[in-house]
Amino acid sequence: MNREDFPMLNQDIVYFDNGATTLKPKVVIEKMMEYYQEYTSNIHRGDYDAAIKTNEAYDGVRKIVAHFVNCKPEEVIFTSGTTMSINTVVFSYMRKHLHKGDEVILSKAEHASNVLPWLKLSEELGVVIKYAPLDSNMELKVESIEKTITEKTKVISIAHVSNVIGDVRDIKAIGKLCSEKGIIFNVDGAQSVPHMKVDFKDSNIDFLSFSAHKMCGPTGVGVLVAKEELMDEMTPLCFGGGMNQTFEVDGSYELKTGPSKFEAGTPPIAEVIGMGEAIKYLEKIGMENIHKNEVELKKFLVSELEKIPNIILYNTNSNSGILAFNIDGVFAQDSSVYLNSYNIYVRAGNHCAKILKDEMKIKNTVRVSLYLYNNKEDVLKLIEVLKRSADIFKVVI
Amino acid sequence: MDSNLRREIILDNYQNPTNRGLVNDDSYLKVNTNSESCIDNLDFMMKIEDNKVKDICFDGEACAISTSASSILIRSLIGKSVDEVRNILENYKKMINEEDYDKDLLGELNVYDTLQPNRKNCALLPSVAIDKMLGSVRDGRKN
Ligand SMILES: Cc1ncc(COP(=O)(O)O)c(C=O)c1O
Repeated sequence: MNREDFPMLNQDIVYFDNGATTLKPKVVIEKMMEYYQEYTSNIHRGDYDAAIKTNEAYDGVRKIVAHFVNCKPEEVIFTSGTTMSINTVVFSYMRKHLHKGDEVILSKAEHASNVLPWLKLSEELGVVIKYAPLDSNMELKVESIEKTITEKTKVISIAHVSNVIGDVRDIKAIGKLCSEKGIIFNVDGAQSVPHMKVDFKDSNIDFLSFSAHKMCGPTGVGVLVAKEELMDEMTPLCFGGGMNQTFEVDGSYELKTGPSKFEAGTPPIAEVIGMGEAIKYLEKIGMENIHKNEVELKKFLVSELEKIPNIILYNTNSNSGILAFNIDGVFAQDSSVYLNSYNIYVRAGNHCAKILKDEMKIKNTVRVSLYLYNNKEDVLKLIEVLKRSADIFKVVI
Repeated sequence: MDSNLRREIILDNYQNPTNRGLVNDDSYLKVNTNSESCIDNLDFMMKIEDNKVKDICFDGEACAISTSASSILIRSLIGKSVDEVRNILENYKKMINEEDYDKDLLGELNVYDTLQPNRKNCALLPSVAIDKMLGSVRDGRKN
């Protein structure tokens, strides 16, 4: 869909690394350029026309995000991306509210950014991390989470869609469990919000994180949606301009309330505005259409790959646009170097989910991750090159 | 070098590497190289006696370039004095980084004289590992 909107596609490439980052449509690039060329100014401070326009554009994006994921605009904190969002949850909120012996449930298929902050907190506070077991397809099911819950469970922190297996976790059911049992529900939406409709309120989510660059938006910006009553109890990680009401020589100070409390200093203004445009762009196409297109294309990809004897597939069933595979007997990185020589861009590695290797018995895979602009021709090009992979070492060496 | 011959040497060393497999011997130095820039992950072990490299072995998961380079480098270094090893490593790094180097000294290692930029770290991986172990000899540490 909409291939003509993406200047990068004017080059003869097949872009299959959307889990890492996505291409940007012209409207997003132009929207950011417009800020730089027509109304550059800082937020929150000026009385002149450009500054007023900047303020409106910047704060307006909170409404756009709120509509997109069904939350209140006052619940939308702009961050530098998912990593910063999750760190804010852990160190602004959890550090204050968890105690020695409290349990946090994760899975072994989480991205580094949803593991390491918890490991650090566990080191600091003696919080216990429990990994809800994955099933034989490496997927995380509600039942597994339910079995891992004890009276000590205070938080469940999981990705909505895993970035290696691509399984879509039933966050609605998990959110219901959490609200029944008084457990905080922290959702890493990095791989879901860009690809399907995510409903913050309806899924009983307490914290939701995602990155603009994985959804047609710019790098350097993302969102933390924090439930209003929890936000009030969060201590900012950064102090400075734009987040305080007053401060005095006697040491007293008062902070702003609401999201700006967490946005000290000059934020990435152009990027926030660009993110708003990206969301509008996605909504125009429709999240249902985007998801449907990806899932159908993945099915096609799997059915074509299954015809090639020396391809090992790992997660054919997951209901998203992510597929991990290997060429039998070939190290994943050699495979991605090979594909690159035909202008096919994929990712090789453990995809930042380093502890998943214990479960998969295989450390590294080639990952194809699809997005709205991928089509059958892209898939057929990959298939054709993989069919010829007997000569892979002629190409990569 | 003829590119078919080059490929044959690299492939042969990838598929049948010299001294793949670690030993259970405390007198060896040991190091892991988990490269940040790529996904190669190799362990190396080296035995030094009377200022000579008696043995080097390695194991792990890595691409064709770093596996084969480990194999060839190991063969080039075993039996050499620590100073000779340092000299070979230095020239090897210079070759990979496209600086002037002593071609005659490197023998079979010359197969890596024209790598694509994104494969340079792969080829350098074993030399970094061996360097690290030599560094620990100099510091008087064992690990
Ligand atoms: C599931 C998941 N969580 C978190 C992240 C981190 O996102 P960012 O690097 O934009 O902070 C990623 C990105 O790769 C991801 O796939």
